[in-house]
Amino acid sequence: MTVDAVIVGSGPGGATVADVLTAAGWSVVVVEKGRNHLLDPADLTSPASDFSNDEIKFVSRQFLGPDPLVEPRTFRTGEADGDHSHVGDVNSVPSTVGGGGTHADGKVPRFMPDDFRLHSTLGPQPGADVADWPVGYDELEPYYAEVERSVGVAGTDGSNPFAGPRSGPFPMPSGPPMFGATLSIAAAERLGYHPYPAPTAANSVPYDGRPACNNCGFCSYFGCPIHAKGDPLAMLRRAMASGRAELLAETFVSRVRIEGRRSTGVELTGPDGVRRFLAARHVVLAAGAIETPRLLLLSDFDHPLVGRYLMTHFQTLAVGSLPIRTYAERGRAVTHVHDDMIVGDADARAAAAEAGLPWLRGGMVEYSGAALPIMEAKHYPWGEHHSRLMEDSPIRGRLWAFIMQGEDLPYAGNRVDLDPTVRDARGYPVARITYRAGRHELAASEHCGPRLSAILKEMGAEWTAVTTSPGGGNAGSPPGVPESRHNMGTVRMGTDPTRSVVDPAGRLHQLDNVVVADSSVFVTSAGYGPTLTLAALAARAAHLMAASSPVSPNPV
Amino acid sequence: MAAGVPDYIDQLLGAFSFDPPRIWAGGPTSGRHGGAAAFDRFHRLSALEELAWRMRIEGSCGLPEREFNGPVVGLQQRYRNGLAALGEDFCEVGPEERDDRLRSRPDFTDLLFQHSCEGLYGAPEYGGNRDGIGWRSIGFAGDVQPRGWTDAEVSKP
Repeated sequence: MTVDAVIVGSGPGGATVADVLTAAGWSVVVVEKGRNHLLDPADLTSPASDFSNDEIKFVSRQFLGPDPLVEPRTFRTGEADGDHSHVGDVNSVPSTVGGGGTHADGKVPRFMPDDFRLHSTLGPQPGADVADWPVGYDELEPYYAEVERSVGVAGTDGSNPFAGPRSGPFPMPSGPPMFGATLSIAAAERLGYHPYPAPTAANSVPYDGRPACNNCGFCSYFGCPIHAKGDPLAMLRRAMASGRAELLAETFVSRVRIEGRRSTGVELTGPDGVRRFLAARHVVLAAGAIETPRLLLLSDFDHPLVGRYLMTHFQTLAVGSLPIRTYAERGRAVTHVHDDMIVGDADARAAAAEAGLPWLRGGMVEYSGAALPIMEAKHYPWGEHHSRLMEDSPIRGRLWAFIMQGEDLPYAGNRVDLDPTVRDARGYPVARITYRAGRHELAASEHCGPRLSAILKEMGAEWTAVTTSPGGGNAGSPPGVPESRHNMGTVRMGTDPTRSVVDPAGRLHQLDNVVVADSSVFVTSAGYGPTLTLAALAARAAHLMAASSPVSPNPV
Repeated sequence: MAAGVPDYIDQLLGAFSFDPPRIWAGGPTSGRHGGAAAFDRFHRLSALEELAWRMRIEGSCGLPEREFNGPVVGLQQRYRNGLAALGEDFCEVGPEERDDRLRSRPDFTDLLFQHSCEGLYGAPEYGGNRDGIGWRSIGFAGDVQPRGWTDAEVSKP
């Protein structure tokens, strides 16, 4: 039997495609290499109860996977490092049913209209391949609105002066502001910034059969114990309820079979360890911007740009310690953000000119505290003062932070390919990441870091410090492994088959029935988390698929 | 010691002497703030997860299925080596000598420190943080589901 579509990956991209295609009458098989802790195994239309407020389980022992011992990646900053300089975790997103949607704290901003036309509005950058997207904000807006309703997004209409136009209100009002955010909003506004409640996929009121968030505080890194978070649960359970979807968890796709201009299906290995072939009329790749190019390379798919233009967000973190407690362990991980560092001003233009760059852009700035005691404990030096530091708690108790998701420009040298020697436990070559921030990212970080520190001082911080992730910024630390978990750009979208890998519908230029539905297709990275934009693109790609191809009569 | 850090490390190193292995506590609640005491029901591991955790704890032991990227030294061996290097008289010598010995073995000391942080401030079901003493000492409420926090406790504490 041939299914209408096999979908590789069950995160926000794959789940959205499964939802749209099953609603259109298609039969789909969703393949996920990780375990299912999201849907009740006895009834896949109900949520499971495996998630919990447990720092050891989710942070120290990677319950959501992948385990770097059996599914490692490798890293280097360039060819001068040799084959690789690090083996282990490299910017991994959870390998589990629901993918990155399970561990994220649910900030789901849209991109701004200009994010899709950087080349037209700002022009080129030396060394980078800045290009316009073949899809603009106006064309994507209905799909943004659709996925906001699907996952359930809380926000405040009109609160962000830089936002693009909306066709309708947010599905829910914003949730309660963190106490620390109330202090930082006032300080930021006094300095001329424009903070607003972060559009957040955490229910502020009961929504779509799921409860309101009860502010437990175990959000970033954690699955939601009460399913108040807008992970892909809603899309997956709807797909399952259609009767036209099958979920294959703990199943690894090792090859997309290609014959001429078409794929016939995928080779996969389930928990029994037996490799078999699954025939499909269409193949959808939604494994994320590191695993999707890896799978194309494992499939001997031939295009010189596969894996290139990896972007991850060069993060700048300004931290300060306040004289009072911030109670960051209560409620959402981030409730407020500002976009002023993306929009820029005369100072930013002067900083760009001084750095010899035509322009620079920072990223969305998240207002955040630190919530977790094991993480805090590991930050203090061991010895007799450790327990006193834990009680005084300058980090967990009184720290406030601004985290800027700095826009990474697309450089052909930042890429994913197959490591020449390192294998996963199944025997397949792993993804190797070659990444180094460019002059633009470093200049933007050096410009914005001190300005974020100034807001902390305005809040009354006793001391402040600026670091970057990965290193290489104004903190003086060496370049290293990125930790943003925002991977983008490795299977680029465009109209020219020599300068992009997929067409504006997400379809591979060279294969008529293979679509990429994750952040691999991003042309530029914007300064925002990729989730909502990748889900909107996935919804658009799935609607185009459904419109272009007739429905088969046979359910799974 | 009183907080149960050695018990935390024992339970990790001996995780596979339990069925299911005591790697990941259950969900969604512990019973400490309402709900059922479900943390006690540890998760079963998939074959791939068992391979990973046996490699991490026991090492590769010369088994080809664990050495696809070369030999792996497990936590059990690292503890055996580390404790032997600290000396059998470690508990009898003075505090300065103890610190000197710890500082001369930074790899083992760092491992011990990481596990001590987890054993002090992690959930009690893993063997440490006995009766929540670690959390109480720092004013941390621990796992708070299903109670959570009210909106007022979040915004105006």
